[in-house]
Amino acid sequence: MVSLLRNQKVRNALLQVLYVGSIAAMVLAGIAIARQNLAAQGITSGFDFLFKSTGWDLNFSLLPATANDPYWWYFLIGIINTLFLGTVGLTLATIVGTIVGLARTSSNELARLLGRTYVDIFRNIPLILQVFFWYAVITHLPTPRAAHEGWGFLLTSRGLYIPFPNVSSAALAAATLAVIAAIALPIWLGRTSRLSLPVGQRGGIQLACAAAALACAAVVLVAGRLADLPLLDFPALQGLNLRGGLRIPPEFATLAIAIAIYGGSYIAEIVRGGFKAVGKGQVEAALSLGLGPWRVFMLVRLPLALRAMLPILANQYVWLMKATTMGIAVGFTDFFMIVALTINHSGQTIEAIGILMAGFLAINLSLAAIFNRINKAIALKGNQLRG
Amino acid sequence: MEMVVVAPPALGKIEDLRRRFFATPLQALLSLASLAIMVFLVWKLLNWAVFSAVFTTSGGPEACQAAAGACWSVIAARWRIILFGLYPYDEQWRSALACLTVVVMTVLSCIPAFWTGRRIALVWGAGTALFYVLMKGGVLGLPYVGEEAWGGLALTLFIFVTTCLIGFPLAICLALLRRSGLPWISRTTGLIIDGVRSLPLISILFTFAIVLPFALPQWLVGDKLYRVILGSALFFSAYQAEIVRGGMQGVPSGQEEAAKALGMRYWQRVGRILLPQAMRNALPATINQFVISFKETSLVIIVGFFEILASGNAAYGTGEWRFAYVEVYAFIAFIYFIFVFSLSRYGAFLERRMSVGER
Repeated sequence: MVSLLRNQKVRNALLQVLYVGSIAAMVLAGIAIARQNLAAQGITSGFDFLFKSTGWDLNFSLLPATANDPYWWYFLIGIINTLFLGTVGLTLATIVGTIVGLARTSSNELARLLGRTYVDIFRNIPLILQVFFWYAVITHLPTPRAAHEGWGFLLTSRGLYIPFPNVSSAALAAATLAVIAAIALPIWLGRTSRLSLPVGQRGGIQLACAAAALACAAVVLVAGRLADLPLLDFPALQGLNLRGGLRIPPEFATLAIAIAIYGGSYIAEIVRGGFKAVGKGQVEAALSLGLGPWRVFMLVRLPLALRAMLPILANQYVWLMKATTMGIAVGFTDFFMIVALTINHSGQTIEAIGILMAGFLAINLSLAAIFNRINKAIALKGNQLRG
Repeated sequence: MEMVVVAPPALGKIEDLRRRFFATPLQALLSLASLAIMVFLVWKLLNWAVFSAVFTTSGGPEACQAAAGACWSVIAARWRIILFGLYPYDEQWRSALACLTVVVMTVLSCIPAFWTGRRIALVWGAGTALFYVLMKGGVLGLPYVGEEAWGGLALTLFIFVTTCLIGFPLAICLALLRRSGLPWISRTTGLIIDGVRSLPLISILFTFAIVLPFALPQWLVGDKLYRVILGSALFFSAYQAEIVRGGMQGVPSGQEEAAKALGMRYWQRVGRILLPQAMRNALPATINQFVISFKETSLVIIVGFFEILASGNAAYGTGEWRFAYVEVYAFIAFIYFIFVFSLSRYGAFLERRMSVGER
């Protein structure tokens, strides 16, 4: 026996079995105890509960939801809510971050100072504090009767009301698709090898395609509007309440604003780092070829900076996607909050935690996959000189 | 032949300003716009926070609410709740002293003289012990105060310090395990690290605070505060382990081979060759991770702890000060800002200092 332990191979195998075995044993013991405890409370384990109706309501949902709907439908709504909030928040954060990041890299000292102040302030205050702050600000806005008003927008404690096209939901979906096509088609045209036209001369076609798609969107919106109503539906006071327009609930607005401002400060630093990584020699070469500042920016600095910042940006996006779980602080029914509510109401603890892990794993992995593809697509081919 | 270098003629002040801010029309526009934004914001902020603000408590909440600017009297009236939470009034000096201990501890660990494994462990171990004794009492004539009465800044700092104290050694263990030559050990550890990293911190805190008691035998459940600290330490260590591993990858393999050739055993190689160099490589990222996890301690409010953010909510949440939420949040944000900003500035300084030798 002792001589067996002296054998390195045996010892290594034993060590591995012990390590993996003890971790597996701990996890299995935990699950077994949990099942026992839950069974004592009359909760049977298993995924049957997914098909029972929930019996509680959601305060925010993009899809129709009632208390009679089964749990699996609620989980789906939760994921869609998380993705929707994430997409809106990430888009806004990217816009804010790009502007601030460009200010930080500009040659103008005052703009740099302004950008730096922004980043220093908002990066160093925890996100959840900012969420609480904006929630307090929004819920302390005046009641609908005394709402702040401007350009058809209304700010009230019940949410932000914005003008909205008076169209059927089918027409709205079609118009959204057309707008996506207006962005995607020119990109595809610029890359495809099916056209015989050289890549550099496709600007006209790209522009025409985008214009056609946008025109389609406009036509669909005008044609699909509801009869006898004006094209844009403005929110207005009727009695004690506001009618018309699109209401953005305070919870959603709070989270979108907080993620945009906080995430923007991080993305600004990534943007700045990306531009700093562009070799000085390349910019000087472009200048000496006679390119103006705008073309140096568009043709040399931006494409190179984009490549440098994309991997870090992907990490940041994953982080911000996870930050949508702050929704539970203000009562926005994101995926995590729905899981927490499920545990409260149904007691299906182990299953709900499993679904939570699977959901976030899926979200993170798909984000990573998307960014890997983009990264691969725009990576410089071959051994080109850099720096 | 001697070369004569003539300095360019010095520019006048006005010419200098023109070149810096008004070189082209676009630059001029940008400068003016930035200046306008800055003046506007600074004026608004100063007017709100200083000129039209109320500083004294004498008028009470009513006089304060009528003022156009900030109502700092809410801070004057409620600062004890914000900083110390529900800690007994007569014992709050202990809570303050405990916070000071953490500050001293952090400052000490920023001094290079303390950057050896033993000294840093000594500083943090002794500091945390002092903090714990001061807060909890029950010895040396200090009255006993249970964890359920802790709150405010002291609770925030306690969670942060214990998270780091448990998380840091755990991170080094995880990094070593992930680097292990035994495939199943490194794979399992990798799975744990990546699994924890893919989850949001809130969900981990929630699991440890509320779900875990179901999955543990009765004698292991323990206090909710310590479960949450364990969860937060696990999360910290998963991130920190990847940072340490990155640092280890930066150590040339010749170092370890040389140590092996000298006949050093595994723990000697790790403790004397690998870790000191790896930690040096990983230092800037480590400080960044400390900064992030300090900000993330505020998430424990979700699982029902009375840390500084929650005590701030309580400070304005009751009746008379309800209108003064901006001031309270500004005060808490300022406290966070002081801690986080100085730490991250220090990190940036260190990064610059350490990169000097490498160029």
